[in-house]
Amino acid sequence: MRDVAIIGVKNTVFGEQWDRSIRDLVVEAGVGAVGDAGVTGEKIDSMFVGNMSGGQFVEQEHIGALIADYSGLAKNLHVPSTRVEAACASGGLALRQGIYSVASGMDDIVIAAGVEKMTDVPSPKASTALAAAADREWEGIMGATFPGLYAMIARMHMHKYGTTSEQLAAAAVKNHHNGQFNPIAQYKNKITIESVLKSIMVADPLHIFDCSPITDGASAVVLAPADVAHEYTDTPIYVKATAQASDTIALHDRRDITTLDASVVAGKRAYEMAKMKPEDIDLVEVHDCFTIAEICAIEDLGFAKKGEGGKVTIDGETAIGGRIPVNTSGGLKACGHPVGATGVKQAIEIVEQLRGEAGKRQVDGAEIGMTHNVGGSGATAVVHIFSRNR
Amino acid sequence: MITMSVPRFWRKQIARYNLVGTHCKQCGEYFYPPRNVCPACRREGEIEDFKFSGKGELVTYTVIHTAAEGFEGQTPYVLAIVQLEEGPRLTTQIVGDVEDMSIGMKVKPVFRKLGQSGERGMIYYGTKFVPA
Repeated sequence: MRDVAIIGVKNTVFGEQWDRSIRDLVVEAGVGAVGDAGVTGEKIDSMFVGNMSGGQFVEQEHIGALIADYSGLAKNLHVPSTRVEAACASGGLALRQGIYSVASGMDDIVIAAGVEKMTDVPSPKASTALAAAADREWEGIMGATFPGLYAMIARMHMHKYGTTSEQLAAAAVKNHHNGQFNPIAQYKNKITIESVLKSIMVADPLHIFDCSPITDGASAVVLAPADVAHEYTDTPIYVKATAQASDTIALHDRRDITTLDASVVAGKRAYEMAKMKPEDIDLVEVHDCFTIAEICAIEDLGFAKKGEGGKVTIDGETAIGGRIPVNTSGGLKACGHPVGATGVKQAIEIVEQLRGEAGKRQVDGAEIGMTHNVGGSGATAVVHIFSRNR
Repeated sequence: MITMSVPRFWRKQIARYNLVGTHCKQCGEYFYPPRNVCPACRREGEIEDFKFSGKGELVTYTVIHTAAEGFEGQTPYVLAIVQLEEGPRLTTQIVGDVEDMSIGMKVKPVFRKLGQSGERGMIYYGTKFVPA
């Protein structure tokens, strides 16, 4: 297996983008990443694109070919393009597939992208599309929603560990604080614990400000063998680990409702592959589709003891400047959550941090960063570790 | 809308109406929703149908205020995970006062309407639970 590096990155702005289509978004990200890497189309060996549900959101499948076409890589160059789907972990998984193809030696220059265009359907339809990430036949048909499933995790976490609504809200408050320094973030407004608790209840105990929004956006990175990365950039960021794990599709079948075992296992596999421990990580982007998801994630990845994620968060240990900064990008909550793009966006945040280009949200001296991308209520988890040093 | 075609719903109608799942004779594990392959024994497993007693306990729950599409008329409704006395857990709704809900409380099954595919479409029935 060859070492792999990220040599170029680009996010579109994240938000409600009524004037732009799925193809506009992903082409901007792809062309931007290729420009950042300084490669030409002729050099690109293959591409992978994470997309959860083009079929439901824009009634368009065959996203891989569409994107190759509108990027100018299909008609003349015939670059192979593969869509990857694992619900909200589609982006992380597209990145992982890209890393595989470079690491294997089959391809040299590979684009890993992610895109979701979610606002071409009304919000209730978008929620229904997202609900397909759960078990449609045994959860969805009973009236389960995604906030509902995570609310059941939250209530259990509160019952078992005494986690409070204020502690959950603290994750959203921190992520909005970070989001104001991220030029692409959907929300740049500060919020308070009080405003989270006063916002409408979606699924008790989760308020609307405990939930990530519906977002349009795309992200893309360019991958290359580590041996040649310096030919393209002075600041390649090296992939130290790529890991993935599966769990039961339905929340009710999990070993423990308050633990995402897929996150635990993917995390362990990543630490083993990188020969690292949680203490070695300088910052982490976790999958905070809901505030409780961030609390579980920092516990499951070893940054807090089980049950203490809420306390650690409200105490400020996960803020920029804290013991382990979590979601410096603003996370899914404030940066936005275009589901297919999120996993790639998380990697770009780490790349910008490790390059020292994160501006006001820069974590001083960041050398090693982690990303954690979850599909559904925890049936897929994808974890990556990146480093400034090879 | 969270709906299903007639054959898709009908195919598991007995399981949905009567709380019938499966049981692995090899390891003794019970499954609801039903599974054709035992996750523990895999190919070695011996699966048979099994009707559950319906006695259960509330594992966790939420009160849904923003409904899934097609469930708007039911808000607020209690979505829950129930553990049956034989072991398996399932996602369901609890019928009753929100104030009465508590983790660990005993519940029993009731046959209820789940939803409907539009005004002229199929009506879905299935198993919800009430405090025992």
